[in-house]
Amino acid sequence: MTKLPTWADLVLVPFISLLLAAVISAIVILAIGGDPIEAVTVMVDGAIGSPYGWGYTLYYTTSFIFTGLAVTVAYHAGQFNIGGEGQAQLGGLGVALVCLALPWPHWSLALVAATAGAALFGAAWAAIPAWLQAKRGSHIVITTIMFNYIGAAFIVYMLVEVLRPVGQMDPASARFPEGAKLPNFGQIPGLDLIFSNKVPANVSFFAAVAACFAVWALLWRTKLGYEIRAFGKSESAARYAGISPVKVIMLAMLISGGLAGMMAINNVMGESERLVQNASEGAGFIGIAVALMGRNHPFGVFLAALLFGFLYQGGAEMGLWTTIPIELRLLLQGLVILFTGALDTMVRMMLVPFFRLARGAV
Amino acid sequence: MTETTDAGRQATAALSGAAAPAIELRGISKAFGPVQANKDISIRVMPGTIHGIIGENGAGKSTLMSILYGFYRADAGEILINGRPTIIHDSQAAIRAGIGMVFQHFKLVQNFTVLENVILGAEDGALLRPSLAKARKTLAHLAEEYELDVDPDAVIEELSVGHQQRVEILKALYRHADILILDEPTGVLTPDEADHLFRILRGLKEQGKTIILITHKLREIMEITDSVSVMRRGEMVATVKTAETSPEELAELMVGRKVLMHVPKAPANPGDTVLKLENLRVTDAEGVDRLKGVSLTIRAGEILGIAGVAGNGQSELLEVLGGFGAGKVTGRMEVQGQEVVLAGHGATGQTRRARGIAHVPEDRHHLGLILDFSAWENVAFGYHGAKDYQASGLFMDNAAIIRDTEGKMERFDVRPPNPHLPAQSFSGGNQQKIVLAREIERNPVLLLVGQPTRGVDIGAIEFIHRRIVELRDAGAAVLLVSVELDEIMSLSDRIAVMFDGQIMGERLPAETNERELGLLMAGVAQTKGAAE
Repeated sequence: MTKLPTWADLVLVPFISLLLAAVISAIVILAIGGDPIEAVTVMVDGAIGSPYGWGYTLYYTTSFIFTGLAVTVAYHAGQFNIGGEGQAQLGGLGVALVCLALPWPHWSLALVAATAGAALFGAAWAAIPAWLQAKRGSHIVITTIMFNYIGAAFIVYMLVEVLRPVGQMDPASARFPEGAKLPNFGQIPGLDLIFSNKVPANVSFFAAVAACFAVWALLWRTKLGYEIRAFGKSESAARYAGISPVKVIMLAMLISGGLAGMMAINNVMGESERLVQNASEGAGFIGIAVALMGRNHPFGVFLAALLFGFLYQGGAEMGLWTTIPIELRLLLQGLVILFTGALDTMVRMMLVPFFRLARGAV
Repeated sequence: MTETTDAGRQATAALSGAAAPAIELRGISKAFGPVQANKDISIRVMPGTIHGIIGENGAGKSTLMSILYGFYRADAGEILINGRPTIIHDSQAAIRAGIGMVFQHFKLVQNFTVLENVILGAEDGALLRPSLAKARKTLAHLAEEYELDVDPDAVIEELSVGHQQRVEILKALYRHADILILDEPTGVLTPDEADHLFRILRGLKEQGKTIILITHKLREIMEITDSVSVMRRGEMVATVKTAETSPEELAELMVGRKVLMHVPKAPANPGDTVLKLENLRVTDAEGVDRLKGVSLTIRAGEILGIAGVAGNGQSELLEVLGGFGAGKVTGRMEVQGQEVVLAGHGATGQTRRARGIAHVPEDRHHLGLILDFSAWENVAFGYHGAKDYQASGLFMDNAAIIRDTEGKMERFDVRPPNPHLPAQSFSGGNQQKIVLAREIERNPVLLLVGQPTRGVDIGAIEFIHRRIVELRDAGAAVLLVSVELDEIMSLSDRIAVMFDGQIMGERLPAETNERELGLLMAGVAQTKGAAE
């Protein structure tokens, strides 16, 4: 009934949600005999306490930005793209094919081409479910989930049968050529004063930030973005206005799949430097949570990706240095998603009486 | 005629104050933030009467009834039920106090049967069978007593709107409501269904039930109520006996100034033919023929009104003409002598707009507006590809759209004149003005307009009618579809009556009357003059 002020909506509600998730996590850690204080210390220290930690946190953040943006664009068109995982893996294939195709003279050229390849393959993987939705009405949630599995199997086939160099045992592509090696934060002038050569965060972080701006401009400054948002809010009204449902679903899903695919420039090109099995490691699914928490706004996605990057890296450190098992990282993420996404309204309702009181006092 | 004298007598008896009022509100006030929705409101409603509450949208009627039904707590004031002070803190308390509410938007479970809906929340125990059996008996009894006949085993989604409303009334009666509040009950009904509803209400009144009828339709107030309270901007400005007032007086009380019930308009001065339809047929996905060979022409500077009971093909006609019809479409459409693609590829809202066809749709919430979008985004809706809204090849010129919206809001008196507010925060009348401004200011050659004043307050009705007439005088052809016969009679230069997907006949407003049109609307074959 009563609306909260904007700042409370955007800052206070997520903050309290996170606090609740943390409190419950602490209780669980206590219950299994761990020390929550120690856990928090290790997490914070490991994720943001050193340039080394930041180097990993921002690496994960980069991936989550891309997959979060992918979900965001589809969401605004009223489509729930659960297929980020498969699209990201196909994006990896695109990156691998581009990188292995030529002895690239300079990483910048390779990056441009690999980004295009990643986007193309990711978009292609989203195109079939999108087409089925637009033309046949097959529910996109179902089809994109199925395409995750098909994608994973397809990648395995490609690695085993096509990309695996002769004589190599593990299902992986060959190493990318030197010229396709992206500079990490330790190799970028200026940043190298802070970061060591060991961190996985690389130039694709800046591509992710640029993608945030691009998605924002697309959605709120272009005609296509207007049509996407209008269609997502009301299909019937969009029909009245002459907006083609097929066009909007197809374009939004192609862009969405392309963004998910582009994540591969970070993990495949920037980090592993060859294509391995399950390279995306669930980042496609985390993108859903990131978009949810970021309120489907690129800026929110950026902040949420940062948070999940922190949880990912901090959780790994926690698993490494404490007796608390690394699986608890999943619980932590799950609680964050539960409170910021699903129970968001509950937190808001709890806050309403306070604001009503405050207003009455004025 | 006996009815009005009867009603008058009852009202007099009621107002003489023999018994305690069924409902008495004393000094009710309610504020939402800075907005004073209800200001020191007092009314007394005598038992066994029908009391109307009338006011423009946003006058505070719904807030007042929500307080009475326990959705909101009043900031001040008290409620007396049958003379006893009663605290109503939720709807359960309201039901216990004998109050039943029939909402404008029904609260029914669509895939439950009538019986299941009636007992929902009023079950006698964990097992449903005894409750259902009891409800079946009660329903049969109620059906007989009040003409409230509904098949108890029918599933809600298969019932007509009128029948669904009866289920809502049955729900309230099943919970032993003595006081029945109906919020805009006829908004969704056909004239026939509305008549039936009024018969039910009169029957309930005779059994001693008290009825509060919230509406903005003066005709209904005059027809059925014993007394009426008028609200304006959160205040109760008058309570009068219906027999002693007139629609003109009530309209003036509602708006706070004199209102023209009929917009003055000069005789039409028709020019060349703008729209020519030949043998338009539409068959929907289920194979039902929605339009069965509609032919008509409209000339420049002329308003053709399509009268008819809702659901006789008017919506399909507007949708096909607007470029987004569904199903199989055949026939021929010409605009200014040139053929227009009727359906399929090339028939979209965009191509229609490019031909100078503007469309104010029947359902502004689902078609005409995107409620979550701001006013300025809605002003661009459908015209978002227009040249004057583009900055460069890539981007839209949002600043230009906002400037344009500010101008439109001023010229069309949209309140509040803030282009950044979401469309849903405007009242119905102001939402319609936004749609109208968007469609009219592009100077269309043909304006399609459906139910232009549905859910719109009286002050805005006059304004909207004026604008439509002005557009006609500027030389546009106008196709007006409305279920309000008053509106058709006062705006149209020619009237076509639709029934069952066909045009039953055409009449000139000066040469016809509501009875003749009513017969045509009911499908009685065209025998000109026979109605007289």
